[in-house]
Amino acid sequence: MTISATGVSETVIKTRFSDLTRMPDARGHFGPYGGRFVSETLSFALEELEQTYHSLRDDREFQAEFDRDLAHYVGRPSPLYHAERWSKSLGGAQIWLKREDLNHTGAHKVNNTIGQALLAKKAGKPRVIAETGAGQHGVATATVAARLGLECDVYMGAKDVERQKLNVYRMRLLGARVIPVESGTRTLKDAMNEALRDWVTNVDTTFYIIGTVAGPHPYPQLVRDFNAVVGREARRQSLEQIGRLPDALVACVGGGSNAIGLFYPFVQDDAVAMYGVEAGGDGVDTGRHAAPLASNAPRGVLHGNRTYLMSDEAGQVSDTHSISAGLDYPGVGPEHALWKDVGRVSYVTANDKEVLEAFRELTRMEGIMPALESAHALAHAKVLAPTMRPDQHIVVNLSGRGDKDIMTVAKIDGTEF
Amino acid sequence: MNRIDQRFSELKQQGRKALIPYITAGDPAPQYTVGFMHALVEAGADVIELGVPFSDPMADGPVIQKACERALKQGTRLVDLLDMVAEFRQSDTTTPVVLMGYLNPIERIGYEIFADKAAKVGVDGVLVVDMPPEEAEELGPLLKARGLAAIFLVAPTTSSVRAATICAHGEGYLYYVSLKGVTGAATLNAEDVAEHLAPLREMTDLPLCVGFGIRDGVTAAEVAKVADGVIVGSALVSRIAESVDTPETIAGQLKSVLAEMRTAMDA
Repeated sequence: MTISATGVSETVIKTRFSDLTRMPDARGHFGPYGGRFVSETLSFALEELEQTYHSLRDDREFQAEFDRDLAHYVGRPSPLYHAERWSKSLGGAQIWLKREDLNHTGAHKVNNTIGQALLAKKAGKPRVIAETGAGQHGVATATVAARLGLECDVYMGAKDVERQKLNVYRMRLLGARVIPVESGTRTLKDAMNEALRDWVTNVDTTFYIIGTVAGPHPYPQLVRDFNAVVGREARRQSLEQIGRLPDALVACVGGGSNAIGLFYPFVQDDAVAMYGVEAGGDGVDTGRHAAPLASNAPRGVLHGNRTYLMSDEAGQVSDTHSISAGLDYPGVGPEHALWKDVGRVSYVTANDKEVLEAFRELTRMEGIMPALESAHALAHAKVLAPTMRPDQHIVVNLSGRGDKDIMTVAKIDGTEF
Repeated sequence: MNRIDQRFSELKQQGRKALIPYITAGDPAPQYTVGFMHALVEAGADVIELGVPFSDPMADGPVIQKACERALKQGTRLVDLLDMVAEFRQSDTTTPVVLMGYLNPIERIGYEIFADKAAKVGVDGVLVVDMPPEEAEELGPLLKARGLAAIFLVAPTTSSVRAATICAHGEGYLYYVSLKGVTGAATLNAEDVAEHLAPLREMTDLPLCVGFGIRDGVTAAEVAKVADGVIVGSALVSRIAESVDTPETIAGQLKSVLAEMRTAMDA
């Protein structure tokens, strides 16, 4: 495992991180990252979205409606659960799980789709589109579309359609059309290309619900804001249940929306260490992974923002590998890129094998089956906890439940249905 | 004077409109590209837009996407394109060449190195699809300093405020995207185009060239009545796609498609 398993007790963070709450700037830049690198054909749609969002961001009625939906439709707040048995077996810090898996639709993704669907409604757009990798964002989008009576088309890489059949059918039951994308590597990035092409063609009627903290400005900002409820709750719950802030936070990072959601409200708490866990695939040294930050990929521009981007020396975007479709993305949200550079968050990896071990361990020891994406965070917690003392505390974002991955794991076990 | 400005000033004197073909470099294989460029010039091209293949061409429809895939399968890189332009320049020193593509390949080479090399081999303009003027603060001046035109897109949905910014930063010509959507999507409406070009004329002296949706001599001639130039891409690239198994026939086909447009525009 490529990690920096620094004992948190030894870590002295001297940098002041107060500036990090003032990002992005007016043009969507997070230091050298982010921005709005899009074809002119998309500029209008993004300007319109930015105006809609800025007029509603501090609107009390809008926020109240959002909070109401999170409480009564999503079931928030999600619990902060002390995984006592697992913590004890690891023999170190206490592990607390932020139970985003208990949200309606089974992952953190719904926080954002509720927010964006409300924006779509305010903007008067009758149709929403989305890209999806594992299908969780697609399901969360199809769900809110069903509730609000919006037409919904979801773009999904053909490879992912194949490995996430259950979620594909869920989306169809919810009334969405799932469009398999055959171009490129047939995964998440290609689904995003196709969704952008759809949007530029149907901009008058369509709202594009991006599922992660990437994409052109203002998406990284608004997706972060809608997911930050995770960290606000976790902060409050830590004070109530632990009696103080945790020593470390751990979350998986593909595009990075669940990690941003957990981390952002803690960004100024210098004593709280943060670990973003990327998909190590077969191992970072094999080149078959999806870890642009941990592998120090070069800077690049894709899907409207500048970030760390896995690409070859000619600038062609690389093929990525991960057991989890939701992390199979060559880029990463621009705010994470900045947090890496300033040293606020340590970005590490967990490879497929370690992820499966963590998946099985949590299932057997706590009776909680995590999504394979979230199992990346668990795999790192497993390494981190023993380096810390029993009176220290780690909060892990259990970003989604594992039901969707049962087929994948069964296949690895050699079980056919 | 930059070759692009030179060419448009000649056309203006002659009372003619520019015909600007686009092909993706390296499609169907790198060894054909320079030959295609010469063939396009023989058929009446005034400027050539040479597409830089990219793995994720977000603003392009299926025709150009597949062209990119074919070119990338043959290993075509941005540095190979620069070699192609150098080879083209050995026998054609007057036809302007514009590189058109996405930012990441340039980002990877490095802005300054790219600008140096592009100027050295005889590139005249650069159109980076996913780099609007606001994000061109770094690359734009590097191009300008080397006499390379930074060319920008204007869309039907572009606000007048943005259009003014684009006109202020643009060089060479303005590329007006005639319809909503991706390349190769539908057929344009010339009246609609004329309506959108009128306010741009008030803002800039740059030649206004129109692309997206020009399929044949009829549409080319209609657009030529209202614009300073006609850009044709997917209509040519789809000919390449149809003949990948007989690449020796492609140059002839490109010539006939373009010549039909030239004749219709000049009539």
